[in-house]
Order: sequence, then C-alpha cells, then structure tokens
Amino acid sequence: MNDLLAARTQMAFSLGFHIIFACIGMTMPVLMAFSEWRWLRTGKEVFLDITKAWSKGVAIFFAVGAVSGTVLSFELGLLWPNFMQHAGAIIGMPFSWEGTAFFVEAIALGIFLYGWNKLNKWIHWASGVIVSISGVISGIFVVSANAWMNSPSGFDWVNGQAINIDPVKAMFNAAWLEQSIHMTLAAFIATSFAVAGVHAYLILRKGANAFHSQAVKTALIFGSVAAVLQPFSGDFSAKDVAKRQPEKLAALEALYKTGNHVELLIGGIPDNNEEKVNYAIRVPGGLSYLAKGDANAEVTGLDKFAKEDWPPVTITHIAFQLMVASGFFLAFVSVLYLIFSVKWRQVLMKKWWLILIACTTPLGFLAVEAGWTVTETGRQPWIIYGIMRTKDAVSPMPGLHYSFYVITLVYILLSLIIIWLMKRQIKYISQYYRTANET
Amino acid sequence: MLTIIIIILAIAFILYTLLGGADFGAGIIESLAGRREEVTISKAIAPVWEANHVWLILAVVILFTAFPMVYSSLSTVLHIPLMIVLLGIISRGTAFTFRHYDVVLDKSHKYYTLLFRVSSFVTPIFLGIILGAMMLGRITFDTSRSFYEVFMAPWLNIFCFSMGIFATCLFAYISAIFLVGETKIDRERKMYVRLSKRFMIGTMLTGLLVFTMASVSGHNLVKQFSQSITSIVTLVVATVLCPVIWHFLNKEKNKTVYLRIGVSLQVTLVLIGWFYIQFPVLIKLNNGTSLTFFNTQAPYATLYQLLIALIVGLIVIIPGFVYLFRVFKIKSNE
Repeated sequence: MNDLLAARTQMAFSLGFHIIFACIGMTMPVLMAFSEWRWLRTGKEVFLDITKAWSKGVAIFFAVGAVSGTVLSFELGLLWPNFMQHAGAIIGMPFSWEGTAFFVEAIALGIFLYGWNKLNKWIHWASGVIVSISGVISGIFVVSANAWMNSPSGFDWVNGQAINIDPVKAMFNAAWLEQSIHMTLAAFIATSFAVAGVHAYLILRKGANAFHSQAVKTALIFGSVAAVLQPFSGDFSAKDVAKRQPEKLAALEALYKTGNHVELLIGGIPDNNEEKVNYAIRVPGGLSYLAKGDANAEVTGLDKFAKEDWPPVTITHIAFQLMVASGFFLAFVSVLYLIFSVKWRQVLMKKWWLILIACTTPLGFLAVEAGWTVTETGRQPWIIYGIMRTKDAVSPMPGLHYSFYVITLVYILLSLIIIWLMKRQIKYISQYYRTANET
Repeated sequence: MLTIIIIILAIAFILYTLLGGADFGAGIIESLAGRREEVTISKAIAPVWEANHVWLILAVVILFTAFPMVYSSLSTVLHIPLMIVLLGIISRGTAFTFRHYDVVLDKSHKYYTLLFRVSSFVTPIFLGIILGAMMLGRITFDTSRSFYEVFMAPWLNIFCFSMGIFATCLFAYISAIFLVGETKIDRERKMYVRLSKRFMIGTMLTGLLVFTMASVSGHNLVKQFSQSITSIVTLVVATVLCPVIWHFLNKEKNKTVYLRIGVSLQVTLVLIGWFYIQFPVLIKLNNGTSLTFFNTQAPYATLYQLLIALIVGLIVIIPGFVYLFRVFKIKSNE
C-alpha cells in the first residue's frame, strides 16, 4: 500500500469511527433532556428510568468520542502537515470555537452524569440542556471547517501561500450552512432510529412495557421529524454542489457527458472505461430538474474536466446511492410514523411495525458513513478544493502505512469491545430499572 | 495580542500538567497500590478526567491556529512519539471508561486495568520525550537525510528519555498529593502520604537527572537557568516548598488544601522558570536556528479571532470547571 493511500484510508477510518460517536454525542443529550423534562412534568418514574439507562450508555460513547476526537486533532498534523501549515491559520477559528463548545459540553456532561441526587432537579435538567446545545454547536463548528475544504474562502492564494486571511469569512463559507443543516439532521436521524430500533427489538424479544415503548416514542419524535426534513436539506445541498463543485455532482451521479435534459440515475454501477453506467433505473430529465430546477437545463458532466481532476467515480456514485436510499427509506418510515401516531395509534404496537423499526437500527448510520464518503471522496483529488491536492499535503515520513495498520487494528478492536459492552448494558437494563421489568 | 495568546497557551500547559498530570499519575499510583485503592482512585478521577484532558486539545488548537508552522513541523518529525502518545491516550481513556461503566464485574476488568495502568506510564514518558525533543535542538527538516536522522534521532536519546522519566515522576507526585485528600480511610491515607514523599524525592532526583543528561547531550540547561534571575528564584522557591509540604504531610490531620496549593505552586513555578529560559523558542533546530512564537505566528486577523474565542471560552469554562469540582464534592442525598 502506498503512503498516500494509507494516509487517506487511515483518515477515513478515523473519521468514520469518530462520526458515529459525534452523532450520538449531538443527539442523545437532547433525547435525555427531553425525557428528563417529561419526568419532571409528569412525575412518571418511567421517564426517569429511561433517562438514567440512556445516560449509562452515553457516558461510554461520549468518552470514546472525546478520545477519538483528540486523535483526529493530532492526525490532521500527523498525516497532512502541509495542509495544516496553510489551513491552520485560516480555519483554526471554528476549531477554537469547537474546542470551547466541547469543553462546555464535557463539563456540563460531568455535572449531568454525576449530579443525580446532588442537585436541584431543574438545575440538573438545565445541565442536560447545556450539554445538548453545546453538543450541536460544536458539531456545526467542525462541519464548517470541513465545508471550507469544499468551498475555500477568506484568503488569497498567491505563489503557494495564503495571504489576506479572513477567518470569519472562511468559517462562513458558501457551504457551511447547507452542510451543517444536513449533518445535524443526519445525526438526529441516525441516533434516534438506532435508539428506537434497539428498544423495538427488546419489545419483540421480551414483550411490551412502558419503559421500552416510551423510549421508542421519544426517539421517534425526533428521528421522524428530522428524517422528513432531510430530503429537502439534501435537495438544497445538491443544488449547491452543482453550482460550486460540478465535478463532484457529476461523480456522484456518474454523469460522464455534459448535456441538456439529463436523466437521473437510480442505482447502477459505473464503468469508467466505457464511460457509461450499467443496471441503473433512469428518470428522463430528472437530474437537470433536481440540480437546476428545470428539466431541460444543462448539467456539467465529467467530460468538462481533465481526467486527473476526476474524483473516484465508482465509490462516490455507489456511496451516494446508498445514502439516498437509506435516507428516503427512513423518511418514508417517518411519514408512516407521523400518520400512525395521529390517526392509528394501535398500529405502533403491532409486530410488523416493531420489526420494521428494529430493521431501521443501522440505516441512519449507514447513510451518515455513505454521505461522508460522498463529500470526502467526491472532493478528491483535492484536499482544499481547487487550491491544494491531497498528494501534496501528505506527510513526507516514509512508512506511513505502519501507522495505518496499527490505528486500524485499534479501531476494529475498540468497535468490537463497544458492541459487546452495549449488549451487556442492554441485557442488564431490566435488573436495574423497575419500570423496564414490568410487562 | 500575541502576548495574551502566549500567556493563555502557558496557562493551558500548566493546567494540563496539573490536572492531566494528576490524572495520569492516578494510573501510576494505582499500579503501586492495592485493590481497595482502585475504588478510591476510580471515584476520584471519573467525573473530571475528560474535562482535564480538554486542556491538551486547547493547547493543540492554539498551536495549530496561532503557530501552524510549529504544529505541522512537530507532527512531521515527531510522528512516531506522537503516534505512541495517541495510542496511549486512546487505550487509557477507553480502558478506564469501559472499566468504570461496564455493568458486569468479570475477567475483562483485569485487561482494562492492565491497559489503563500501562498506558498511564507510557503516555507521560512520551509526552516528556516530545518536550525534550523540542528543546534539545536535534530536529532537522532536511528530508534528504536518513530516516533515522530525521525521524528518530531527535527524540531517541538519553536527554529526552530523562525528560520522560521526570514527567512520569512529577505526575505521580502531583497525583499522590491529590489523593491524600480523597480518602477517609486512615490506612489508605497513610499510603498516599508515603507515596507522596517517595515521589517528591523521585521528582527531585529525576530533575537532577534531566540537568545531568542535558549537559551530557550538549544542551547546557544549568547555564541557561543560571543566567536568568527569575528562573533561579522560581527553582529555589519550588525547592523550599518541599520541606513545607513534607511538614504538612506529617501532620496527623492533613491540611489537604495546603498540600494541593503547595504542589500546584511548585509545578507552576518550575514551569514558569522553564518558560523564561525557553522563551520565545518553541522548537530548536539542529542548524542553530529556531521556530519561535514570533517567526511562526499566524496573521493578525487569525490571532484576533482566536483571542476572542479563547476569552469567551475561558469566561464560560473556568466557572463551569469550578462548579463541576464542587458538585462532585457534594454528598449524594440518597
């Protein structure tokens, strides 16, 4: 494995690992604070038990997220020193705000986890609200730093040096808003459906009780609203990408030739030699309409770009299809959920419905991973779009692939342990919480 | 403005040494203590360890925003020790969390504990090594030289290693003093007192070792210290504090607060003394030049924005931190 590929893969694994915990860290505090609020309002023990049971899991996820985030802050330099040397002064600002928000989050979470029975109930709840707010904000800051890589602004690039740096302009670059909205919604969808799915599975296994059904309900309230909004945010993003990074749009749609009235491909496997896509469902004029709002509009294809500037088409296209498919499936389930919870509440306890919800457990995270693959692979060969190539940013140290082997091994091991630990946590829920025992 | 950022960086560094140090040290102390102490130690560090380590993230963020050249150079030439530190941070944090939150007590706890303890030793050693490499002046960016010369020699030497040992001893010392106030059990308290004394002596000896190894390696620390009045004064005061702390350790009723203030003062003074001789150099290179705060600073606009973020951050964080520590000291109502 060559060093550039090793560094890219190591970064991909580290980010792919961290993003799961980041999503959980953004969403779970909101769910917990909401559940605790319902306990404070209704006095029903079941909401307290749910909050406490969740907080045990969150403590583990948060710690792993904090650790894997620390790793990333070093890896940026260890793997891409030349990138950080130029980008540090430009996008350091969102990172420093993120650091602040994360610090607040860590402190408030400490108070939340260890403050049970020590604090006034409403103050305890307020600490949960602070965790929620700072968690979402810190996520947005990091995403805005990533958005800058897609849409670099706030500096002039002269002879390989950044001058006239304006960090504020860099942070509020053209892509920050749509990427932040898309990611925040994605975090809520992924985490909420995973939580709902696990509790639905437990109902199927052990029979229904207030604990699990309220847990499913709480999670789905947030998950379904976010999932219904997500396609709109996706549309907003796609139109923006079409404008800013036409080759990325061309790669994710596997559009080799520029044209008018371009068809939208659903699924399909790109063939880069023949420059065509096999086995796809084709919607005439679909892409022109989605990207430009007009079924006859021209959409730029990869033929307008030198081959050395092409993103890897196959990976980008397939990842995009995976993201859209899981996203739409979850949006569909969410619409059903919203209809059922207004009109036919009895359906929500039916076996087929619970099986459906249990099946959605991994889908949101699949969409998140696929979506990041799209945005990161789709930006290649650039690390800073149009400014610096990834191959020019990589560390000159020979033997980077050894780091890659070690880090990969560690992350695989950690993932296995976490899955095993969560299984144990879930197994013991009914021993610790009275309301989880009732049927 | 640069000055304020440097001061905040220095504060973050001092706080990380104290809080992060106490945290790493807890793992070391735990290895030397018995099974029962494991409970006290876990309870003492569990609520605060994540927040303690955010000081490191803060320092890293300041470094790559305000002095990007320093950050990128360090992470290039010191890739290997930094990687080891990272592995230490991963295994330590996760092993501790898994041990603390796992609902079942079984054989797996043994592995977590082992991993937690080993990484509590390894990480500080390599943190010390990295710091040593920044001071020593064997770093080169000439990648045409051999792999060993560029990526190994700057840190793989006796001076850096002595810095590592010193950092480890210092962390254990800070932690032992901190733990004296964390237990009500008399037998346990006596043990922490004993360990505090041992590590106090250990820290002084390894401190001397650092000076000796510096001279051996051609980096005359003694001369540098003797040329700065401030540095001499801080070192002398820090040393004078040793018998004072020793005295309080011998008191039957320990004045925990005095102990903690004493050790914090010592650490702060030694670090300030060291900052004085080091300033403004961040990395000394083998060709005699250095990367300093001045020749690597980011443009004005960046420093300005960073400073706003830092000031707002500190206004929010410091009271939050104090509150967290206080909440943790409140007895549970149950």
